[in-house]
Amino acid sequence: MSNGNLPEQIVFRIRRFAPGRDQEPVWKEYPIAYEAGMTVLDGLWKIKESIDPTLAWRASCRMGVCGSCGMLINGKAGLGCNTQISELATAVVSVAPLSNFPIVRDLVPDLRPLFDAHTALSPYIIRSDSAEQEEPTREYYQSSEEMESYLQFSYCIKCACCMAACPTCATDPVYSGPVALAQAHRYNTDTRDDGFQTRKEVLAGEAGPWRCHFAGECSRVCPKGVDPAKAIQLMKRQLVGDALGLRKKRTPAGLVKKPEGIERRPDIPEAPVPTV
Amino acid sequence: MRDQKLWTWHLAAGAIILILLGLHMTIMHLDALLGIFNPAGGHPIDWANVVARGQSLAFTLTYILLLGAALFHGLYGLRNILFELDPAPPLKKALSWVLVLVGVGLFIFGTWAAWVGHQVASLT
Repeated sequence: MSNGNLPEQIVFRIRRFAPGRDQEPVWKEYPIAYEAGMTVLDGLWKIKESIDPTLAWRASCRMGVCGSCGMLINGKAGLGCNTQISELATAVVSVAPLSNFPIVRDLVPDLRPLFDAHTALSPYIIRSDSAEQEEPTREYYQSSEEMESYLQFSYCIKCACCMAACPTCATDPVYSGPVALAQAHRYNTDTRDDGFQTRKEVLAGEAGPWRCHFAGECSRVCPKGVDPAKAIQLMKRQLVGDALGLRKKRTPAGLVKKPEGIERRPDIPEAPVPTV
Repeated sequence: MRDQKLWTWHLAAGAIILILLGLHMTIMHLDALLGIFNPAGGHPIDWANVVARGQSLAFTLTYILLLGAALFHGLYGLRNILFELDPAPPLKKALSWVLVLVGVGLFIFGTWAAWVGHQVASLT
């Protein structure tokens, strides 16, 4: 016992599955030496390098930013890269692919349902002044308070942990799920956006937030501290207000006014020509 | 669009049920405070009090309103539960129609019963 309560050797219990080769998933155990600071992702790398090179998973940044390494760790959805084995405090670490998605192989889920739902809800600023959007002359004005209203939802990294934890996603393939709905709310709340009616075409139907039971699991497992359950309830309120004709019509934010009476300092160089 | 409207009606029906059930509970259990609804005195469900309330058109209308709200709220909730079993789209449509027909049928029957009750009470 050299690392707190953890033994020197821990066992990774991993659910393996290769469609086409295996009839059904099987659990395999891999004992590895534990090192202080080891994450679940580190453990997977160690297994791949020293025990079984055929083990498959998806990962990229290793710092909880890219959202690639979502997996079920001891039954709870989370990122492999920011889950310390010492936090789990178990000598056996079970790792499985995210539930509610088809499996590509081993720990790699097929996230297309998530991205299809996300794309269908137009997760970007929609405005009528497309010329200004394509060739911006200035920024759109937004106060700090206005930004606060959606800021936490913009921290979503689309890791799909919330989708794996959602009981509605488990039973309803039409439901858009917490990722897409939270992002739709993020843009509907953004004062620069004017796309509510466009998104409403999807949100007001079966794929909208109506099947959410408010179990709150999505918010509990989110590795970025986003609260998608809150976004979904706020979205319901917004849509009910809209159905009752009580939703306040909003003119999307205009451009920031150019400062007047201020000369540009001659020693500030011009911005480089955009390359994209 | 349909789910947005159905959900809004579901909430509205819930609010109506809350108010009317609150009224019902008050009349039935706080009769010392609201003796006005029990003009014959005694227990709120004594025949004379039931007849007295039945003679009121406003009461009859609240019975019908409560019936409609409860049927819609309950059957829409049941539809949601059944839809979570992920039936095929044609079955979803069939379930919706069955629930609509059951709801409309029960509402017509209940409305008829409430109205006949009102007329009988008025003749008493």
